[in-house]
Amino acid sequence: MVTSRMAPETKHLEVTLETQVESVNLAEEMCLRLAEAAGFGEDECYRIGMSVREGVINAFHYGNKEKPEKKIHLAVDLTPEKMIIHVADEGAGFVLKDVPDPLAEENLLSTSGRGIFLMRAFMDEFDVVKAQTGGAEIVMSKRLPAPGSAQMNGNGSGGHSANPNTGA
Amino acid sequence: MALHLTPRDSGLITVVDASGRITLGDGSAMLRKTMRQLLEEGHTKIILNLADVDYIDSSGIGELVSAYTAVRSKDGELKLLHLTKKVHDLLQITKLFTVFEVYSDEGIAIRSF
Repeated sequence: MVTSRMAPETKHLEVTLETQVESVNLAEEMCLRLAEAAGFGEDECYRIGMSVREGVINAFHYGNKEKPEKKIHLAVDLTPEKMIIHVADEGAGFVLKDVPDPLAEENLLSTSGRGIFLMRAFMDEFDVVKAQTGGAEIVMSKRLPAPGSAQMNGNGSGGHSANPNTGA
Repeated sequence: MALHLTPRDSGLITVVDASGRITLGDGSAMLRKTMRQLLEEGHTKIILNLADVDYIDSSGIGELVSAYTAVRSKDGELKLLHLTKKVHDLLQITKLFTVFEVYSDEGIAIRSF
């Protein structure tokens, strides 16, 4: 299901996704197109796409436990200042501070647990709140590029946070 | 783009040329299957050539780590070759550069075993 409403300054898009692997690619592709249309450069589009991907993987695997009867709720707000992405699941929720640090020596060889870290690294703001569904809702945002600056992001200097653990 | 993996022998070393994306689903599953098969066949000195892999997500990273530990458990070594910028940056921020041996020259990578 897709709904869209446009206000003079903010564009809003909502999509309800099935709990399946294909939803990860679909969400990434959709947000990539929105990011490109909003003027983000190649590097920032990559970071936004990866973050959406990781958010939906988190909802698919950890939140909804891969149960097909549950849904993943993706929403995007485009304001004049930033692109805000919400990914909500229908699971039990989680507390951000309880998520293990993947950079800790004892976790370096873990085969999972890097998704939250990557979202924090790649987005300007990141938080997890209680969703209306009762599950977890990831809220993350990226500031829009200054007009005319998008083409400069291709040189790799778009800059992700040096310390992802300081996210909002 | 689907992941393609092509193993080739270089003396006692197996070089696996990879192209495509290593992501949740088919990409990660393909890497897992190929590495398991190589180990079952007795190949324990492996170089994964990532020259044509420009996208890896957290699932793919997890699969790389899983492959690394699986090879190590057989007293073997898994080394990485020709990282693209995106993959290089990803391994750097996740500190996996401190885990994997990474090379930009195949000959040097082969002689490092």
